[in-house]
Amino acid sequence: MTHVGPPLGYAIIASIIQVALVGLGGPLLMGLMAKVRARAEGRVGAPIHQPLRDLRKLMGKEGLRAHHSSAVLAVAPLVVLGSTTLAVAISPLVTTHPFLSASADLFVIVYLLLMGSVTMALAGLDTGTAFGGMGSSRAITIGALAEPALLVAVIALSIQARTSNLPAIVADTIAHPVWTSTPTRLLALVALVIVVIAETGRLPVDNPNTHLELTMIHEAMTLEYAGSDLGLVTLGAAMRLGLLFALLVNLFVPWGVATGSSILGLLAAVVFLALKTSLLAVVVSLIEVHSAKLRLFRVPELLAGGFVLAVLAVVTQLATR
Amino acid sequence: MSTSFYVGALELTTGAVLVCAVMTLWRRQVRAIVTMLRFQGIALAFVAGVLAWHERDLGLAITAALVLGVKGALVPWLLRRVIRLDPKSRETAPLINVPASLVSAAFLIVVSYVVSSKLTALAPSTASRLVPIGVATVLVGYFMLVTRRRSVSQIVGLLLVDNGIALVTFLLTAGVPLIVELGATLDVLLVVVVLQVHVLNAGARHGSFDLDKMRELHD
Repeated sequence: MTHVGPPLGYAIIASIIQVALVGLGGPLLMGLMAKVRARAEGRVGAPIHQPLRDLRKLMGKEGLRAHHSSAVLAVAPLVVLGSTTLAVAISPLVTTHPFLSASADLFVIVYLLLMGSVTMALAGLDTGTAFGGMGSSRAITIGALAEPALLVAVIALSIQARTSNLPAIVADTIAHPVWTSTPTRLLALVALVIVVIAETGRLPVDNPNTHLELTMIHEAMTLEYAGSDLGLVTLGAAMRLGLLFALLVNLFVPWGVATGSSILGLLAAVVFLALKTSLLAVVVSLIEVHSAKLRLFRVPELLAGGFVLAVLAVVTQLATR
Repeated sequence: MSTSFYVGALELTTGAVLVCAVMTLWRRQVRAIVTMLRFQGIALAFVAGVLAWHERDLGLAITAALVLGVKGALVPWLLRRVIRLDPKSRETAPLINVPASLVSAAFLIVVSYVVSSKLTALAPSTASRLVPIGVATVLVGYFMLVTRRRSVSQIVGLLLVDNGIALVTFLLTAGVPLIVELGATLDVLLVVVVLQVHVLNAGARHGSFDLDKMRELHD
């Protein structure tokens, strides 16, 4: 980075705001998506803040663990929540200069997210139940196909900006508005939407509301959790959804993200981010209403398509550089 | 037309040609594959149109209109007539399954970029930098031709190859003389008509559009 960033205190405040925003906003986004789905199906649906209520209820309950479970089951929720919180704190969500922004490399963020998924898969295996193992194997299968597509799609953007630092990519995109309509961006956008849908376990890859043993993926891994542990896992999943949605909108529609060091800019950025992610959530939710869940064996086709689009994005970027 | 708009429009339309080629590998329904081919023909016509506008070349503009008419309307219409006889036609068992063919397509795209970088280095310009995309379309077309079983998808593969070659021609030479382009386009049309007759004939005789089932030649 060539330019001098704003003072350290500002960066720390910005990161705290980001964590609070995603911690509250993630569950609210889930609630919003459930609400849109309910309305589209002609139901009234639960209020948007229902996931927050559920979390409060779960946090107040006693956490029970299976007799034969090891420390993995106990530690996993903390690891999931911790890695996601760190990724949220250093990502360019409301400002391009969050705390430790110099280390918010594309690979760091992707591997922080991967750390959460792998820990969840281990926790699913830990109790030795059939459903947990099945969910873990499915989650890892999908994750192994989605991660390369995610990396390659963001690499296409980083070739354009000539840096793999996510805050710098967002800052450069704000500085060059023409970039947002290049073919590279469009291809990478489609690839990333596919990956984000797979990573957050939405339809048509995974149905977040199902408890049908043949189809569930994320729910199967969390079956053995109860009480406050379940609350932490659910909060981790909601924050992950919030982070991925926020990164998606900020990488492609970065306007509103604070670049300077004014508190007012931060507040405006919070409002912009909330609007943009809500809009994305509504769109994803409407797509969900109109799509059926893919058979598990067809999911690799979808993700391979995403991967090819990401490769195409890289190649067009190299060809048109 | 301003330069940045020209560059943007050319990149976008050229990119669309390759995306359509990949989409033909992605979709299973033969009807959807033909729709993708139609979009590709339209995108190709737009490439020629953008170049014609930039070069102020009337011949190229006529070529663009010709491409739009033949590859964007006539050829897909002919293929649709074949499909109508077999409306539920799906590419059920390609020799290489869909995820593997998509990954192979990614590999072919990288290969075409590596191979044609020397070619584009000879005369660097906005248009010639996009040549790898045309070469990639040709390779994806060959791949489709080799790995698909349905006769309609194989014809689509052949047409992808032809579209790729046309794209490279447009980008490298800003269009060959009109008479040559006319000959090439009519040639393609003739090939499609001949293949259509052949496919309909085969369908009527064997009740199947699967070319792998034909093992011997009769006189």
